[in-house]
Order: sequence, then structure tokens, then C-alpha cells
Amino acid sequence: MEEDMATKGKPIISTGSPKGSKKRKTISTGKRYIINTVLTVLVIVIGQMMIDNGSISRYQGSVLEQVGIYIIMAVSLNIATGYLGQLPLGHAGFMSVGGYSCAIFIMRMMGPMHVTMYDFMTGTPATTLLFVCGLIFGGVCAAICGLIIGIPALRLKGDYLAIITLGFAEIIRVVMLNIDSVVGFQLTGGAKGLTGIPSYTNFTNTFVVVAISLFLIHTMMKSRHGRAILAIRDNEIAAEATGVNTTYYKTLAFVVSAFFAGVGGGLYAGCIGVMAPAKFGFMKSIEILVMVVLGGMGSMLGSVISATFLTILPEALRAFADYRMVVYAIVLILVMIFRPQGLLGDYDFSMGNFLEKIINGEFPWKKKQAEEVEADE
Amino acid sequence: MTFLTQLLNGLQLGSIYALVALGYTMVYGIILLLNFAHGDIIMVGAYISWIVMAKLGMSPALAVVLSVAGCTLLGVLIDKVAYAPLRNAPRLSILITAIGVSYFLENGAQLVFGADAKVVPAFISTSTIKVGGVSLSLNAIITIIVTAVCTVVLQLLVQKTKLGKAMRAVSEDMGAARLMGINVNTTISFTFALGSALAGIGAVLYSMAYSQATPTMGIMLGTKAFVAAVLGGIGSIPGAVIGGLLVGFAEVFVSALGLSVWKDAVVFLLLIIVLVVKPTGILGRTMNEKV
Repeated sequence: MEEDMATKGKPIISTGSPKGSKKRKTISTGKRYIINTVLTVLVIVIGQMMIDNGSISRYQGSVLEQVGIYIIMAVSLNIATGYLGQLPLGHAGFMSVGGYSCAIFIMRMMGPMHVTMYDFMTGTPATTLLFVCGLIFGGVCAAICGLIIGIPALRLKGDYLAIITLGFAEIIRVVMLNIDSVVGFQLTGGAKGLTGIPSYTNFTNTFVVVAISLFLIHTMMKSRHGRAILAIRDNEIAAEATGVNTTYYKTLAFVVSAFFAGVGGGLYAGCIGVMAPAKFGFMKSIEILVMVVLGGMGSMLGSVISATFLTILPEALRAFADYRMVVYAIVLILVMIFRPQGLLGDYDFSMGNFLEKIINGEFPWKKKQAEEVEADE
Repeated sequence: MTFLTQLLNGLQLGSIYALVALGYTMVYGIILLLNFAHGDIIMVGAYISWIVMAKLGMSPALAVVLSVAGCTLLGVLIDKVAYAPLRNAPRLSILITAIGVSYFLENGAQLVFGADAKVVPAFISTSTIKVGGVSLSLNAIITIIVTAVCTVVLQLLVQKTKLGKAMRAVSEDMGAARLMGINVNTTISFTFALGSALAGIGAVLYSMAYSQATPTMGIMLGTKAFVAAVLGGIGSIPGAVIGGLLVGFAEVFVSALGLSVWKDAVVFLLLIIVLVVKPTGILGRTMNEKV
């Protein structure tokens, strides 16, 4: 009975229906972009409006900003872990490089550009320019670090790569702690940390950066370059044999991952307002890794959902905060044992495909009904 | 005089690293797993010493025995609970599991014992002995001797006994070893037990040198010991000792120059340089990957 229905239901899914009666409607790429852009803008505008009229409190707004930051962190780590199949353990290192360089850049440029702390609250063209330049500067600095570590690290595999990136993040931490005594003036503020960072982030600009980052990563992964990276993950030797320049693409993925980690770090500096080397230890790298692994390695949606969930949860459940780390660890082990590919695996949601199904009358929640209708016909 | 003291310090620190590195090297040699939890097993060992001596007020000898036994049990337990179900899973999954275990132990310890450092009482009452007018730290001498004995015993065990032969066989080819009638699971458990027992000894020696236990002490110690194992060539017992001593000396040397804040960075820089120049480490064998 069920088999019968399944076979009869098939023409709905396949485009070339033997009956020829139903031509599957599609949405062109251009329209898909427009739909996604409109939806994204809508979400950001509504969010900002809710903050302005007070239905989202100041505190909740800052948690949301952190959600955005961790989304960038998780998705950027996902490039190296999920798509490239390596395990870098120094993501927090790139984050701190990006954060420090972005914050220092903005703080040093405020004087020459005649921007005051107050301007960041109201927002002027100069602050926007400073914000964009600062983030890009932070991203580029992190990317350079990614390149420096990537070239030696990517010659190695698995565990060696993990340990070398961990070591590199540790070197970054030590450098941030002690660089002041080397350069001879106050740059990072040492163990006390870098204070007085203007709060150059807000809900809107954070989520605009999130949307742009996700878009760029998504398009990269859907391009020829992205496919080369996926090929390396699936089988490096086979990829090399089919002409993929493995060293180049591994380095590329690594550098892009570091770049976005730097951007995330830049936002983090503006959101938190204080940078201290101790915040970017091994634990932070693991926290980001948990987000990626839990969501599903190779799934952008998975990273976004788990980053959101894991950032809000400890804030929402203060009592839970003490146990958070232990629970993370247990979750990590259980997920690896029972569902090694992560909760969502490599499933990704596509608004365009979803709408395409809707306009073709294939409602995912009404699968049975659609099949029954077909069966009746 | 100061040079001799520094030399002894370097040897002591290097010996501790070497002992921990031996545990890494053995586990890595047999199932190609970077056991991230190894450093945290040492942390648990240090806490056991603290409980036995400071809380229960029992003798240091008992603390040593219980620490080593506790670490051994913990190592085997971790293998059975977390790693054994993943024997045939991709390497990345096992590695992440190992990180999870490490994370669990650290945060579990923090929850149970609190984040502040616990002072582990001294194991021995006399701290220095005089040799020819020069006073030497007794702790350092004991550490060096214990490490040397452990290394020799381990080497004999791996090279001369039947279990050692089984370990070498499993590390070479797990499938073929199984066909030859070797109980692979028992052998792996034994390797974990051995590595963790060494970690237990390392925990006691570390507590003797620094007399404190913190939940996160295992991260740095473990990472540096892994660096030592990689430096010497992972999978090689003499290599682990050489690597451990190298790391120990590098640290003491940098500190002696007055740059102690940079010592962690120097160790990792050393690792990066060695991995770039000779990825297999000083005594490592090259393994050819089959397509």
C-alpha cells in the first residue's frame, strides 16, 4: 500500500513528468537573490525597530549581537572543519587577532578622522567608513596570520594540524600579552587588556555583516573553488589526481576561514568593549568547535542554529551557566558517538528551493495529502 | 653553580614532560589517536594526591599508589566509554571525542573542586641534599631517576614481552593482528592503562615540583608533552624522552635569559619549526600512505 503510493507520488518530485501535464515551475537565480535580500533586510529592520521601541531590551540586544558574532565564528570555522575536513584548534587566536587589530585601528584612526566616542552612538558617514575599514583590516590581519600558519600546517594532517594551530593560537595569546614591552608603547594593554574601545557595533551593522559574510561564504562554497574544497575533504588523493591544486585550495579555505574569524573578532571587540588575551584561550576555540560539530559539519544552517542556541541558552538559563561547560562536553561526546556528522549533517536550507516547492504545490508538511490527491487523480 | 641548578631544573622539567609524552606516544602509536584527555588525567592524578594527603591526611606513599591506580583506571574507563565505540569512525570524530573528554574532565573538576588552586602537601620532608658542597634539589633527583627507570622498564616491556609484541603488532596493522589471534581490544586497553599509569606517576612528580593542582593545569602540560612527543618523533619511546628533555631545557633556558613570559611561545615555535623541517620528528619513521 505504502509502496504503491510512493511510486504514484513520484512525478511530483521529478521534473520530467511522464504525463507531461504538470510542468514544474522554477525560480530564477536573480529572483532568488531578490527574495533572500528582501527577507534579510526585513528581519534586520524589524529587529532594529523592536530595539528602538524597547520591545527588545538593551541587554537582549547585546545578546543578539553576540549571537551574530558567534554565527560568523561558527560558520567561518565550518569552512575549515566541515568543508575542508581539517580540525584547526586555534580559531580563537584568529578571532583575537581580528579583534585587537580592528579595535586598535579604529581607536588610532579616531583622532585623525575627528571622530569622537559619541559619534559612534549616533552614527555618521565617518563612523561607518571607520567601521568597515576596521573590520576589513581586522579580517586581513587574521587572514595573514592564517596564511602564516596555514602554509606549514596544511602540509601536515589531522592531529598535527590540530596541535600546530593550537600552538599558534597560544603563541598569539603570548604575543598579545607581552607585545607592549617589545614595541615600547601601549598597543594591546597586556594582561589588563585593551580598554576604551568605542562601541562601534549595534544590531543593524552586526547583522548586515553577518548576512554579507554568510552570503560570501555561501557563494564561495557553491563555486568551482568551493567544489574543489569539498573534493579535498572527500578524498584528497583523488582530488589531486583529478587536477585540483590541493595545497592552494587548502590554504585558500584556511585563509578565508581566518579572515571571517577576524571579522567576527572585530565585531566582538566593539560589542564587548574590552579585549583581554585570557578570553581567547583554548576554551574559546573549543566553544566555537562545539557549535560547528553540534550543528553539523558542512551545514551552514546547522552552524547558524547551534551558534544561536548555544549563545542564548546560557544567557537565558543563568542557573545552567555553571554546568554549561560540562554539558557541552557531554553533548560533544554523545554527538560524536551517536551522530558523528552532527545534528543536521550536511543538510542546508534553501529559501529558493523551499519556495519552488510551495509554488509547485509540494508542501513539506502536507506530503501525505499531496500524495493522496495524486493518487485520487 | 647556577648553571648546575639550571641544568638540574631543565632535567627535572624535561623528565616530567618526557613521562607524559610517553603516554601520548604509546596511545598515538597504537590507535593513531591524539589523546587530548591525557593531560587532564594528570590533573585528576594531582587532585587525588591532594585529597589523600590534604583532606584525608594519609601518608604520601598511599597518595602515590592511589594516584597511579586512579589514573590507570580513569584511562581505561575513558577508552571503554568514549573511544571504543568509535574504533572504526573517521579520525576527526575520534579526535573531537577526545577533546570532549578533555573538556569534560576540566570542567567537571572545576565544578567539583572549584577554580582556585589547591596546595598539594610535600611528598618528602627533606628538600635538598648536599653533594660536594653543592646543594641539589632532592625532588629533581627523584624525578630524573623515576623517569629513567620508567623509560627503561617501558622499553623492555614493549620490546621483550609478549604483550609488548602484541602492542607493536596492533600498531603496525590492526586487522592483521586480529587475524593472528591477538585480542586487539585488550591490547588497546592495556596500552591506555600503561599510558595512564605513566600519567599518574607524572602527576605525582608534577605535584612534587609545583605542589599545586588546578582544573586547567593539564592543558598546558598535556600540550607541551604532546609537543615533546612530536618533536622526538611520535610513536618512538626514546624519541619521547629526547623531545621531553628538549622542551624542558628550552623552557628553562628561555626563563634563565629573563624571558620567562615568552617560554610557551618558544616551545610552540620550536614545534612549528621542527614540523616544517622534519614532520616525522627527530626519531620518527616515515609512513607511506596507501591509496
